[in-house]
Amino acid sequence: MGKYILRRLIIALPSLLGISLVLFVLLALAPGDPFGELATNTNIPPEVRAALRVKFGIDDPIFVRYLRWLVAMLHGDWGFSFSSRIDVDKLILQRVPTTLFVVGSSQILALAVALPVGVYAAMRPYSIFDQIANTFAFVGFSLPTFFTGLLLILIFSVNLGWLPFVYRVDIPATGWHWYWENFKQAIMPVVVLGLFQAASYTRYVRSAVLDVIRMDYVTTARSKGLNEGKVVLKHVVRNALIPVVTLVALQMPAVFGGAIVTEQIFRIPGIGSLLITAILANDTPVIMAVTFVFACLVVVFNLMADIIYGWLDPRISYR
Amino acid sequence: MAVASVVILAMLTSAVVLGPFVWRLPINEIDFTARLTSPSWQHPFGTDDLGQDLLARMLYGGRISLAVGFAAMAVAIVAGTLIGAISGISRGSVDAVLMWVTDLFLALPQLPLLLLVIYLFRDFLKNWVGPEGGVFILIVMVIGAFRWMPVARLVRAQFLSLREKEFVEAARALGATTPRLVIRHILPNSLGPVIVAGTIDVAAAIIAESTLSFLGLGFPPDIPTWGRLLFDAKDYLDIAPHWALFAGAAIFLTVLAINFIGDGLRDALDPRKVM
Repeated sequence: MGKYILRRLIIALPSLLGISLVLFVLLALAPGDPFGELATNTNIPPEVRAALRVKFGIDDPIFVRYLRWLVAMLHGDWGFSFSSRIDVDKLILQRVPTTLFVVGSSQILALAVALPVGVYAAMRPYSIFDQIANTFAFVGFSLPTFFTGLLLILIFSVNLGWLPFVYRVDIPATGWHWYWENFKQAIMPVVVLGLFQAASYTRYVRSAVLDVIRMDYVTTARSKGLNEGKVVLKHVVRNALIPVVTLVALQMPAVFGGAIVTEQIFRIPGIGSLLITAILANDTPVIMAVTFVFACLVVVFNLMADIIYGWLDPRISYR
Repeated sequence: MAVASVVILAMLTSAVVLGPFVWRLPINEIDFTARLTSPSWQHPFGTDDLGQDLLARMLYGGRISLAVGFAAMAVAIVAGTLIGAISGISRGSVDAVLMWVTDLFLALPQLPLLLLVIYLFRDFLKNWVGPEGGVFILIVMVIGAFRWMPVARLVRAQFLSLREKEFVEAARALGATTPRLVIRHILPNSLGPVIVAGTIDVAAAIIAESTLSFLGLGFPPDIPTWGRLLFDAKDYLDIAPHWALFAGAAIFLTVLAINFIGDGLRDALDPRKVM
């Protein structure tokens, strides 16, 4: 298993490099001088501007510039935010935990809904439950997150007044009260993001279980006299999860995209809303760094999916 | 469901195409006496904060939203089919490199990159083709550029199995060149799953466009696409909920109808139908 994880890590590196190359080429291809903004900004002294030009080596050949940029990124030297006036890495580190919290809890919610519903629907295909679940799944992934978010705000914050619609990191409370307030403000973003993902996961789980449940070994397990619960949990679900893990990993870019939107609607101070503010403020170093962090997060989650694979199907890790 | 969805989508499409000829209120007539009014006979969908008629704006914006959806789908399908076909017909390193690029694109965080590309290239295209056309081309191109990967994989998988079939071998034995083989024999047979993927891509592209507009980074404010209407409406949720509801419902209905059509097509085209 250790060797397998190491091998996956080595495979993940080229894709990170590829992503960084794409990012860099985009920036290099962009018309005009990406630091031209600085020339008109009187808040930035000329020596900083000159230092930045030298640091990013704007006049060097593109390959040298890429290598230099990569080395700087690896050293943790991510530049300086023009608008917030602190180092980009500090700014991002402050924000990442919030995003991870929201994305993580919404994924847990999505799987907690999708797994039982999908398995149950697949065990009784074309039953009433299956058709209702299918319809809800379609409705769920056709409702864009920005619309459901607004709807929830309209119902629960504006009309009923139960939940706050601005997410705060600095809640003026301690102990249980703090947890309760945090829980209350996290409900809506997590539900919006989680149910949106749950809709597509339900369909994946259903079709994966349908593929597995007709296998001969499942019939064997049943005819051995194992009770149905054991057959489903130990024989069907574990094998059905393998394709589901792939699809969940493929969904990761979309999940982080959804996180940007939800962070924007509920004003959650995560890296998604940081990206939007940075774009609106033309804050190039922050934009580049946040995009790269998103890419890294996607790669890390894909890596986790690979490791779960190895656990679900030991054959993969021995190969 | 799929048939009902075709009807709904046809109605929505004809409404946005023909609607502006029937509903003749201008989209930008500012009337401060009728600010934020609820739906009435005079303004069936109500008005926004400048007193502009929302029905007219929705019909106009729907044209853009649907046009973006279909155009981006076309871009994605053309790019995906091209890359999938090249990679499926050539063996060895070309195939490996193209598939590596495909996997790389699949792992890219799409929305952040969309935002990045729009941020970097917006001004350039605006100066080049004008604000509306520039943004339209940019949005269609980038959405297409981030949606071609599933199509490429599908086409490649089809090519891999089709190119070993007897009829292809027979054509080759008759002396058909590789381009002729690809265009006349393999490609037409591999398009079934592509059509399904393309249908679903339209829905994804419409959502992507409204997401960009909703984040305030899509079309400029004077082009009221459905996402843009939602973006403008979100600050008036408490006093004018109708503003957000109609635009959101329009996006939802369109996307739902397209998804159902895609599902129906998949069932119709899939030979190993589950019964």
